[in-house]
Amino acid sequence: MLTTENTVQWLTKFGEIISMNKAYLNELDSRIGDGDHGSNMVRGVEAMLAQFEAMEFNHAKDVFKVTAMALLSKIGGASGPLYGSAFMEMAKVAETNDLVTILTAGLNGIKKRGKAEVNEKTMIDVWEPVCQALAENNLTKSIIDQAVQATKPLKATKGRASYLGERSIGEIDPGAMSSAYLFEALLAGELIDG
Amino acid sequence: MADQRSIGIVIASHVEELAKGTYLLLQESAPDVSITYVGGTDDGEIGSSFEKILTAVEANDADELFAFYDLGSAKMTLEIVQETSDKTIHLMDTALIEGAFAAAALLQGNYSLTEIKKQLVPLTIK
Repeated sequence: MLTTENTVQWLTKFGEIISMNKAYLNELDSRIGDGDHGSNMVRGVEAMLAQFEAMEFNHAKDVFKVTAMALLSKIGGASGPLYGSAFMEMAKVAETNDLVTILTAGLNGIKKRGKAEVNEKTMIDVWEPVCQALAENNLTKSIIDQAVQATKPLKATKGRASYLGERSIGEIDPGAMSSAYLFEALLAGELIDG
Repeated sequence: MADQRSIGIVIASHVEELAKGTYLLLQESAPDVSITYVGGTDDGEIGSSFEKILTAVEANDADELFAFYDLGSAKMTLEIVQETSDKTIHLMDTALIEGAFAAAALLQGNYSLTEIKKQLVPLTIK
């Protein structure tokens, strides 16, 4: 069950995992992108955490809105508008308090903004199987890990990595990795019923 | 500026200097077109800033704009600005410099929106 408190806890945990893995995300990105995904994400989550400190929230909806604006404004790379759109769409349906509905709205926000679908080596390749597993009530760490690993053999057809063509094959997509941290943080919380 | 054109141009790049350079190039051929430009993140690093792009759109004298960008995050950020701003923004998927230059020269020559869009079609690369 989604509450204001556990939503803040979830995203705070996400921020912590991102900060711990800043160098790793940069390294993944340097192989197929511009090498700044970790630094960009840290800038975004730090702005988000500063807002959490400064504000009182009445509903998870407001937590998502603040997260959307912090990530959109501060990330600076393509993940800014993508995560920003995800959380904006999540805010719109947050009053359902239903995690599957909320994350599916986020997934659709990313698809719409990035004009991407599954198997294009993007964050969607993690969001989609996670939403599916949640709907079936069996989201596990290994499902998240598998989704990340499954981006390796894919050839990027969206984003900066697509300019590399075949050279993007064999590497983990950095956005898929940072998305995995979001869902690992979700598993660590008490948001999932069942 | 009595003969200022009613449609303006906004340039959004990942790099401030790239945006400014494009602006300088366009301005020479289109002195009566309002052109605003933006590049980089809030901290002046390489990337895109929602606030800075929104400011460049709002600062333009025209209420209707052609928007040109270099890479993906500038495009996606422009899309969110498009949804946020009251201005009418035509987001153009052309090669940045060629597309923006053609639009500027045609606006200066008093071509219509429809005619300009038609002329830019062959420059679409994204």
